[in-house]
Amino acid sequence: MRKILKRGFLGDIARNPLSYLLILPAMLYTFAFGYMTLPYIIIAFQRYDYRKGLFGSEFIGVKNFEFFFRSPKFLQISANTLYLNFLFIIASGIVIPLLAAIALNEVKGKLFAKAAQSAFLFPTFISWVIASYIVYALFATDLGVVNQLMKALGLNPLNFYSNAAPWPYLLVLLRIWKNTGMQTVVYLAAITGIDPELSEAAIIDGAGRLQVVRRIIMPLLFPTVSILTLLSIGKIFYGDFGMIYSIVKDNGVLLPTTDVIDTYVFRALRKTGDPSQAMAVGLYQSFMGFALVFLSNWIVRRRDPSAALF
Amino acid sequence: MKKGIEFYAVQAALMSGLLIFSLFCVLPMVLIFCVSLTSESSIIKNGYSFLPEVWSVEAYKLVFRNGLSILRSYGVSILITAAGTAAAVLVTALGAFTLSNKSVKYRNHLAFFFFFTMLFNAGIVPWYMVCRFLGLQNNILALIVPSLMFSPFNLFLVRNFMAGLPDSLAESAKLDGANEAVIAFRISFPLSMPVLAAVALFYALAYWNDWWNAIMLVDNKNFYPLQYMLFRMQSEIQMIRDLQMHSASSSSANLPAESVKMATVILTVGPIIFLYPFLQKYFVKGLVVGGVKG
Repeated sequence: MRKILKRGFLGDIARNPLSYLLILPAMLYTFAFGYMTLPYIIIAFQRYDYRKGLFGSEFIGVKNFEFFFRSPKFLQISANTLYLNFLFIIASGIVIPLLAAIALNEVKGKLFAKAAQSAFLFPTFISWVIASYIVYALFATDLGVVNQLMKALGLNPLNFYSNAAPWPYLLVLLRIWKNTGMQTVVYLAAITGIDPELSEAAIIDGAGRLQVVRRIIMPLLFPTVSILTLLSIGKIFYGDFGMIYSIVKDNGVLLPTTDVIDTYVFRALRKTGDPSQAMAVGLYQSFMGFALVFLSNWIVRRRDPSAALF
Repeated sequence: MKKGIEFYAVQAALMSGLLIFSLFCVLPMVLIFCVSLTSESSIIKNGYSFLPEVWSVEAYKLVFRNGLSILRSYGVSILITAAGTAAAVLVTALGAFTLSNKSVKYRNHLAFFFFFTMLFNAGIVPWYMVCRFLGLQNNILALIVPSLMFSPFNLFLVRNFMAGLPDSLAESAKLDGANEAVIAFRISFPLSMPVLAAVALFYALAYWNDWWNAIMLVDNKNFYPLQYMLFRMQSEIQMIRDLQMHSASSSSANLPAESVKMATVILTVGPIIFLYPFLQKYFVKGLVVGGVKG
């Protein structure tokens, strides 16, 4: 017994009491907000009643799941979540930041490049709530800048806030606005890490800058891009609540194209006040999310073990 | 090497592309700034515009005249950002120090304890229940503790940096009789300043821009941070508009003026704009240190 104590976990604590004390706050926090949440998952199989609590509420099996999977909402919010995230990954995760990083690297005036990068990063610091005021200033029906322009051009103004169709694209535009800067910094760091001798040698051999970009920079950037993309595919089942709820709010007209799993769960919890229903949908999301994180990580590890999350 | 006309054409194209995208990033905020300085009647007449017919600082005067709620929200935001960031950096740095301490045999098991929560997330319902259970509702701690005060991602960022510090410093301090706490505060933390500054910035930005804790856990107006106050303002305006559309009564007396709304937005973004050069520098450093795993 004493030997086990000496060698084991408790023995380690006895040898380094202070070290364990230093990490205790972080562990307590993670225990409370990470592990203590797990028992509450059984709410999904109950008709939860706040007064009766976790142990007093009635168990109703998988009824909450049946209700959700049979409702048309299930397909709609799943499709919206996947579709919007897919567009976000392509536009603001790959295409635009890649172009921006290459342009910043190729442009000659370094002061100019620095100023441009500062401008790109600026929206990263702006909250989505503030962004929603910007969206309003641009797209409001009577006062918005876009409709003022349409009028000036002799076109009919559009009523954006009562038409769901353009919103996926507006959201993509916003996402490009807010996320390109950050992603560009990461890609630019990867480009800077490429050995300059490679492109110098190519240029001596008669290659133009375009060829250097296409044959050297792009292929060497590919691992970074593909790993970041795979990792964001792992998160494709998680909608961006902060973004979508602050911009769309509870505007029912826009929900058909913008309601994602996260906003739906929020509404089920806060507006209709049914935690069991919300938990069932949340659990569906957690499991799909967990599976995808594993799948994407498995693929990343096969390509580049050092880049995998685990 | 002779630079042909092609070179200049490509450079010009790159520059104009970058310039256009820079404007795309910055102009929306400039628009809000211009609107906040527009007289209310110009807005009603011409809509939002970069070049208003009549400039005016009336909106800012109004905000400050009946500014009790915005001042209080400012106070709440500053308090939660300062207290929260300090607590978060301390918790993260102390945890990272132990995780990088090679004399702790079980440090990798401890790391997995944190890592697991990054993989599986039970979602908002259990999170909300835990907050209720811990009494984190309708008080200032509800805005500081949940979600924001610790992130395993930042923990691993700092751990990786500290693991790269030379062991010999800590070892020689140990020989001189220093304990772990002394080594952490006197040696490890000062040497980790670059990454700690970046992490502090990540936390501070999250606190300043947060409204999630407020919408989930706070009903009392006295505890509304700036972002949530702005969120409420906009959704209330939308609701009043919807009601007016249906009832056709046209009293917009309760709506805050357009310019006042935008002035409030500018006052909220203000600190970020003032600190921007400094923020940007550490943010970029943090991103590059965090590297691919971000």
